[in-house]
Amino acid sequence: MLFAAGSLLGVGLYARRGRTRERVDLYFADGSMISIAGDSPEASRLIPLARDAIRSARS
Amino acid sequence: MTEAETALAELTEISSQVEAAVLFDRDGAIAGSTVTDDSAGRVASTARAVLEAAEQIRGQEVTQIQAATGEGSLFVVRDGKQLIAATTGPDPTAGLVFYDLRSCLRKAAAKPKPKPKRRKPAKRTGSKSSGTS
Repeated sequence: MLFAAGSLLGVGLYARRGRTRERVDLYFADGSMISIAGDSPEASRLIPLARDAIRSARS
Repeated sequence: MTEAETALAELTEISSQVEAAVLFDRDGAIAGSTVTDDSAGRVASTARAVLEAAEQIRGQEVTQIQAATGEGSLFVVRDGKQLIAATTGPDPTAGLVFYDLRSCLRKAAAKPKPKPKRRKPAKRTGSKSSGTS
């Protein structure tokens, strides 16, 4: 039972580790930087555009 | 080979993380790329759209962007009117990629060094000595 629970936890952690957190990092001319989470409203326009660019470069 | 093409060739040689890169200006004119012209045009126009959308968030000039997605990352770096967009796989070392892209932009913007002029051999104007003493 303990072994099964440990295995499940390990599988879960491994899957979580492999998933890249979507985000957008912006660096401004004044030296400041903000990191926007991928599920935020500001990133909702930027992330699909970035995906398009990555697919275009690979096509 | 143009300065832009040389800079991009060096970038792909140095950085194992960069999959593709496009050098262009704010008007969309492409100076060089590591992909086909068709792909380069689409990457450049999308990167410009990303930059414009990013600048609307704070109303400030953005100089660098990393957009990390599950499929990979898009990097955009600006130096004046010149821009470079590059794509990588997932989880790149962002600091290294930014450094390589900035170096590439600087090299592409550098004026080609003029070739050193060959000196003309000096004319011998003096009279030959007779060699007798």
